[in-house]
Amino acid sequence: MHGTRQRALLEVEGLSRRYREDRPPVLAGIDLSLAADEYLAIMGESGVGKSTLLNLIAGLDRPDAGTIRLDGVDITALDDEGATLLRRRQMGFVFQAFHVLPYLTVAQNVALPLDLLGVAAQERAARVAQMLEAVGLAGFAARHPRELSGGELQRVAIARSLVHRPRLVLADEPTGNLDPRTAAQVLALLREQIHANGGAGILITHSVTAARSADRTLALTAHGLVPLPATP
Amino acid sequence: MTPARTWARLLFAQWRESRARIAVTVLALALGTAMASAIHLVNRSALDEFEQAARRLAGEADLVVRGSPPGFPEALFAGVARLDGVAIASPVLELTVDGLTVVGLDPFRAAGVQPALFGELAGNLRDFFEPDGIFLSAAAAGQRQLRTGDRMDVLAGTTTRQLRVLGLLDANAYPRPLGVMDIAAAQWQFDRLGLLTRIDVRLEEGASTATVRAAIEALLPAGVVVMTPAIDSQRVASATRAYRTNLGMLALVAVLTGAFLVLTAQALSVLRRRGSLALLRALGVTRRELGRLLVAEGVVVGAIGAAIGVGLGQVIAYWTLRALAGDLGAGQLAVPGGTLAAKPLTWLIFIVTGALVAGLAAWLPAREAAARPPALALKSGDVDAGPAAARPFRVAFALIAAGAGLAFMPSVYGLPLFGYASIAALLFGGVLLVPSVAQGLLRAAPATRAAPLSLAVAQLRGAPAQASLGLAAIIVSFSLMVAMAIMVHSFRESFIDWLDTVLPADMQLRLQQGGNTAALGEREQAVIARQDGVSRAEFRRVVPLLLRPEAAPVTLIAADIDAHTAAQRLAILHAAPLPAGGETAPPVWVSEAMTDLYGVQAGAPLALPLAGREAVFRVAGVYREYGRSGGAVVIPRATYVAATGDRAVNEASLWLARGADPAAVARDLRAALALGDALQLRTTTEVRERSLANFDRAFIVTYALEAIAVLIGLLGVGVTAAATAFARRAEFGMLRHVGLLRRELALMLAGEGLLMSAIGVVFALALGGVLSLVLVYVVNRQSFLWSIDLAIPRLQLALLALALICAAAITTVVSGRAALGGDAVRAVREDW
Ligand SMILES: Nc1ncnc2c1ncn2[C@@H]1O[C@H](COP(=O)(O)OP(=O)(O)OP(=O)(O)O)[C@@H](O)[C@H]1O
Ligand SMILES: [Mg+2]
Repeated sequence: MHGTRQRALLEVEGLSRRYREDRPPVLAGIDLSLAADEYLAIMGESGVGKSTLLNLIAGLDRPDAGTIRLDGVDITALDDEGATLLRRRQMGFVFQAFHVLPYLTVAQNVALPLDLLGVAAQERAARVAQMLEAVGLAGFAARHPRELSGGELQRVAIARSLVHRPRLVLADEPTGNLDPRTAAQVLALLREQIHANGGAGILITHSVTAARSADRTLALTAHGLVPLPATP
Repeated sequence: MTPARTWARLLFAQWRESRARIAVTVLALALGTAMASAIHLVNRSALDEFEQAARRLAGEADLVVRGSPPGFPEALFAGVARLDGVAIASPVLELTVDGLTVVGLDPFRAAGVQPALFGELAGNLRDFFEPDGIFLSAAAAGQRQLRTGDRMDVLAGTTTRQLRVLGLLDANAYPRPLGVMDIAAAQWQFDRLGLLTRIDVRLEEGASTATVRAAIEALLPAGVVVMTPAIDSQRVASATRAYRTNLGMLALVAVLTGAFLVLTAQALSVLRRRGSLALLRALGVTRRELGRLLVAEGVVVGAIGAAIGVGLGQVIAYWTLRALAGDLGAGQLAVPGGTLAAKPLTWLIFIVTGALVAGLAAWLPAREAAARPPALALKSGDVDAGPAAARPFRVAFALIAAGAGLAFMPSVYGLPLFGYASIAALLFGGVLLVPSVAQGLLRAAPATRAAPLSLAVAQLRGAPAQASLGLAAIIVSFSLMVAMAIMVHSFRESFIDWLDTVLPADMQLRLQQGGNTAALGEREQAVIARQDGVSRAEFRRVVPLLLRPEAAPVTLIAADIDAHTAAQRLAILHAAPLPAGGETAPPVWVSEAMTDLYGVQAGAPLALPLAGREAVFRVAGVYREYGRSGGAVVIPRATYVAATGDRAVNEASLWLARGADPAAVARDLRAALALGDALQLRTTTEVRERSLANFDRAFIVTYALEAIAVLIGLLGVGVTAAATAFARRAEFGMLRHVGLLRRELALMLAGEGLLMSAIGVVFALALGGVLSLVLVYVVNRQSFLWSIDLAIPRLQLALLALALICAAAITTVVSGRAALGGDAVRAVREDW
């Protein structure tokens, strides 16, 4: 299939995370490999550790054992600053609760990653315009978040997650707050944009329908990540 | 359970969620109330003590006949005692001896008028007539460390007399320092044979006060008045006016800062809870119910805070009375044995006021929260839309206009009440303008390439109301501090100019304080004038003069002065041109206070009672006088001597011969005059330095209390920053995800803090400048009855402002750091 042929962008080996000594570890010996242009969905029961895994990959949390390599760089060996700068350049995020800054306009929200990277104003404006166009919000640039619907807010978040052309987009239940129709539109958009960007993506979801929008689906269980056959 | 109670339970259940917020509101109220109530209690207990003392001295007198020192002839007493309707007339000679008030009394008659004072003395009445005997109140004996049987030296005229302490009066009999002597002994010891300063009169049962008063008035020479004791004790109040003005201003600072802090905390809390309040609205709470609930919450919180504050204030007042002996820096109201009475009614008033202020503070944001459509408020990102949208321009401008108008109103009972009201109105109006001003300034903020800083500016632009709210308390306290600093500096500069004018010579000579028993005769004057090293001497006779019963005596200064030299010796403000036909009457110069208290105008005639006769003078000019707040009249000494025959003096300015050594001249003069400690000889430089040191000491407590007010203001900044940062956890979490470094977040917060506090401080500087105009030209003028010239302490204000901006920015970062350190992962999980 698609992913395994190419050189892996993300390589996770023997990853373990235990929150409390008196409890079994949430993650134990997780292995994962993701190709540079692959869009992966991870499913699993509530509380099984999906968000924990994603946070480890993002360098927001530290594992007890194991390595995470992004393009050959071991994230677990980076300090907070190193991991932060890595996220700034290489990653994009979409959250369940949107997290769009209320005091910025739509365009300013989308431009945020470019601001952090110090992209020049002209190029920044062009890329934001292009990104807003791509997510179908061309006329919304000057609006404020409080004037937008949930689906529109999540489009803003998708635009923000991809505007700086990251190598990896992480989305933790991005459609959890949306109705099924809007959710379907947002998922299609996310898939389309991740592919258009040419990078990889990880989608965490409860919904089988949602998982179908990805190239490949894994299930996180107590025994680790196991492949789910893609049902056509 | 009624629905209202259900909703109330819901609302109060939120208290558990926001303990810090409630705690801060309570703390703000407690501190404000504590400061205000402590100041009030100290002030009240000091005044009470003075009033009690005045009442004890007046005893049960129905009328008091009073004249200026040195006094009026005894013959008047016989006339008054014989009048119909007079039961007892008690002659009194009141003196100030080395700073101690001494009353000479006829014990048999006084026992009928001042029983409280004389119950004590009844036991040793025989001793009382000893010609050198004196009874001291416990306070006086304590002050001088004297006991029964000890001897005390006092100055009379230019000679020292030795008195024997015959006994002590109980502190209950008289709370303040006092000496009591037999009247004949006092007259003899202090060279006042045949003179009285007071006659206390008790009327017969059923006699009409008005009739007897009229009969007495018919007997009185010029300068002697008859009054009721109630009016007599009012003089205490007018003598301490400056002191009370200072306290009034401080209380205002405390109350306003506290009120604004409460307003801030309440408004923030409503803003913060917009979501949950909208939820209540969505669940069916009506607009009215919600508004009422929020106000009720404010009232409850306010009452709790004020109750704590009153308790705290009681402790502070107790401590202040003990540590400072009740003297809040002005030196006028020191109460050595000051006690603090429990005053439940005062406590209740403070608690009710606190509750009302907090209720009002909750009412404004509550009205807005209730009016906000719940559908909008429930949406994220609505945090700040309200107050910014409803910019209260109209109210702000109405308040500012009212403040400007109030500044032109006259004083009320000698207090600048409208001046204070003007300051309060200007402050409230000014603070209401802060969000708009902040928005205007932020719009002008230059674009920056640094993402954290541009985020900071964007956040402030988007939520100016919230940021401004946090600044309200600091703006209020700092602008009041600026205004006070400008007033004190103006006063100080004017004071220095004035000292330069009134202290022209090289040395100043004075007979030790309490000058009404000490004086230099012609022999001593000749000794001084002929002294080696003294090239010129100008002598002054300074005596108090009672012009009106209800007012404190004015000071009559007989000096070597005439129409030509007046401008060199006095700080003349308005001079009246000489009338066309030459002098119509001898000239006098009056201090500014005379124009306010007695309506005296330059060029107008002025009648003064000199030696029992009215003499008419022409007011040749009005001059500035900082030394005597009760009013002063300068009269050429030759005129004074011609009218009174009094050739004695008690002050002199000495010019030294070229090359003369001031220390040697002083030593020789002391030896030649042999007056001991009574002679005060200081170089002009020394007098200047002492005066300035006294001036500065008087304002130390002022500065300390203002510093506390500014600290409370900073507390407001910290609280707002912490609350805001807490509310923005999700935002910080998202920014951390997107790749903002921790220190970039800190930079963002610092940028916000710095920008906002800079705006606040600059605004407060401007507002304080406006307020200082009211202080200098209205409050100062009306309460001290003298004018000062505006002078701005630029460097001091600049440094203060800079320090405050830094302090506020640091407070913001420190308070916000808790949220920065938080878990970015948890923060983004939910929509808070
Ligand atoms: N900070 C933490 N401290 C202790 N335990 C934690 C912490 N975060 C998560 N856990 C626990 O770890 C387990 C996995 O949590 P995680 O958030 O990864 O689950 P999830 O698979 O994302 O669930 P969901 O589908 O409900 O979001 C849960 O049992 C949770 O209680
Ligand atoms: Mg999860």
